[in-house]
Amino acid sequence: MSDGAMSYIMRDHIHKMIENNQRIDGRTREEFRKITVETGYVNRAEGSAMVSLGDTRVLAGVKSIVGEPFPDTPDRGVLTTNAELIPLASETFESGPPKQGSIELARVVDRGIREGQAVDFQKLCLKPGEEVWINFVDIHALDYDGNLFDAANIAAVSALKSAVIPASRFDKGEDYPFPMKHIPISATFAKIAGHLVADPTFDEENVASARLTVVTIETGKLCAMQKGLGGSFLRPEVEKAIELSMEFGKKVRAQVFHM
Amino acid sequence: MGGATTDIKLIDENGRRIDGRRPDELRPLKIEAGVLKRADGSAYVEWGENKVLAAVYGPRECHPRHLQNPTRAIVQCNYNMASFSVSDRKRPGPDRRSQEISKIISEALEHVVLTHLFPRTSIDVYIEVLQANAGTRCAGLTAASVALADAGVPMKDLIASCAAGKVADTIVLDLRNEEDNFGSADVPLGLVPRTGEIVLLQMDGDLSVDEFKTALTMSTDACYRIYEAQKDALRRKYCVAQAEIPANMAGSIQAAADAERTDESGDLKGDDGNDQQGGQ
Amino acid sequence: MNETGDSKEECARQDSERELVLPGDFITDGKFKAVSGTYMDGGKIYASTLGIKTIRSDFVNVVPLAGQYIPKVGDQVIGVVVEVGPSNWLVDINSPYPAPMHINEAPWRVDFGDTARYLNVGESILARIFMVDEVKHVQVSMKDHGLRKIQGGQIITISHSKVPRVIGRNGSMIQMIKNYTNCRIIVGQNGRIWVDGDVAAVANAVKAIDIIDNEAQSIGLTERLKEFLEGTQKGKKV
Repeated sequence: MSDGAMSYIMRDHIHKMIENNQRIDGRTREEFRKITVETGYVNRAEGSAMVSLGDTRVLAGVKSIVGEPFPDTPDRGVLTTNAELIPLASETFESGPPKQGSIELARVVDRGIREGQAVDFQKLCLKPGEEVWINFVDIHALDYDGNLFDAANIAAVSALKSAVIPASRFDKGEDYPFPMKHIPISATFAKIAGHLVADPTFDEENVASARLTVVTIETGKLCAMQKGLGGSFLRPEVEKAIELSMEFGKKVRAQVFHM
Repeated sequence: MGGATTDIKLIDENGRRIDGRRPDELRPLKIEAGVLKRADGSAYVEWGENKVLAAVYGPRECHPRHLQNPTRAIVQCNYNMASFSVSDRKRPGPDRRSQEISKIISEALEHVVLTHLFPRTSIDVYIEVLQANAGTRCAGLTAASVALADAGVPMKDLIASCAAGKVADTIVLDLRNEEDNFGSADVPLGLVPRTGEIVLLQMDGDLSVDEFKTALTMSTDACYRIYEAQKDALRRKYCVAQAEIPANMAGSIQAAADAERTDESGDLKGDDGNDQQGGQ
Repeated sequence: MNETGDSKEECARQDSERELVLPGDFITDGKFKAVSGTYMDGGKIYASTLGIKTIRSDFVNVVPLAGQYIPKVGDQVIGVVVEVGPSNWLVDINSPYPAPMHINEAPWRVDFGDTARYLNVGESILARIFMVDEVKHVQVSMKDHGLRKIQGGQIITISHSKVPRVIGRNGSMIQMIKNYTNCRIIVGQNGRIWVDGDVAAVANAVKAIDIIDNEAQSIGLTERLKEFLEGTQKGKKV
């Protein structure tokens, strides 16, 4: 159950705890919540993953069809990422067409996948210039307790990694695993009371002045970043966030992808 | 409705359907209550290959304000299918089918919710189909009822919902995808078990009056079984052990009774009244 | 999604002892008044909410285990100001109904238009429900003894239906928590609870309230709580 109103008392309390490197759920500033991933959740999808990050839950599904490539990339498959922040997940989500929040989320998750060279698009080509695999990643928030960016990223990447191209269904030969090259993992931080706080909860996001998402791949390279909200970060904070993202990325790849 | 032809044998020589069921058998049904943290109430239903999630927020302030009713709560249900829930990806967003289903489910729920207790508010019900294999509106209504009870929304009863139809000239219960596509009639039903009131009813296809009656009897019987599953899900979540009932509880209950009004808004106060002032 | 809890048989046994009822369950034939958590139909009384039923010689009710807080006159509540107007404030009391407080119900002498100086958006107050009409228009007041602005500490929110359990028989539960943690605690009927004290003690008090919230209906709750609170003392002594 949620209690909408954020009072100064709660804001001050969160600030005080953060000063002491403590958080309401017992974590330290730099700790991320527990992650669980269940792939193959939806059998109608080519791939799917139900992810929980603390109490935040997200379900991603991959659907593939055969279609025409973009004219400027005739030998590459297509990937489109979409995020649905449905009101089922939180009283703060409205129904209706995607708002800026869900668009930003989808684009940041997509950027991590695209710039991280996660997908081997050339292996999704059937006939150059004519036929390629068109793939949709749809991310649904189901239960919101902060940090959709990281939950959505893990869900999308897990769904893709476990997906199977349904070639046989389209009479295009045998099914084969979705071709992945790299595993981009995002790590998101909030700025609260002048401190960098990893993996913010819903209440923490409500008192955050700024947000930073850093996406890294297993080679140790950066592939995407996004700063959000109206506040600011100082350079050392950005560098610290990058350092923590690298660590978090390694941990998640080990736990979820056994890399 | 189907009516399309197929080579699939929908009913075999032994009267068994493509998934081995007899005509009056339900698909496996699993219901869990209280599966989400943020929502006021929630439920998850796995019914055959359907996976449906329902969440309830409210009663809460009604937005948009022009929809507010000064004497009661309004029940707004939004039924939606996830893009990946069906074979051919569905474009996100409401389509005409979802809007119709949302409306009929809202109307079914409005009949059982004691809306007069919450004037000017809205009770928002969200149904999300994560995976679909025919019968999602029935699964959705079944889940929504459990979610409302989980949210503590006062109701006359839960609503149980199930469809029956006709396949290869046989009346069958709880159609699956192929039966829905290639069968000749589909009759979704929503029932208030205690009173037998029908609060959701649709029919499409080709049925004689007798066939319709058979279908209705079949789905009504099934609704009583589904009702048990709904109640079981709620009991499991709220499973209570023998609590310590304080010796003077009876006294405070009596006092509360004397103070009680007949509009059911009373709540049991703390045993010594309400306040605990600050102070060390 | 979730694991199921106790076995079906165990729950059935417990249910008959504790009488959990669901909406639509038959309670009794109605020579009674149908009150909280019930409704009457055809001379019979049925449960309307998921809750625990009680039948006494002249009284039946169902205490809900979930549901929104519906304000009643006289309830003490913890509210958060969400809007300020020239002659009133709008207070969120964790209920479907917003609760305005008129200038005349404030504990200070406030001039028209001067409201923000005394109480502003985001501030928390201890108030009393002073009026509820038939269509649930609600008003709060801070005019009684002990009502005031609250500052510092922490506010947690539990289901309002658990508040009697947190308070306990004659206030015994809440007093036990206060004794072990030395915290100041104020419990609002609307499910909001204010806790203040030293950092570690507040964390323990919050955890104790959490235990009650999660296990309100369980056997041996008082013992378990006492064990937990004693454990926090041992930690200190080490």
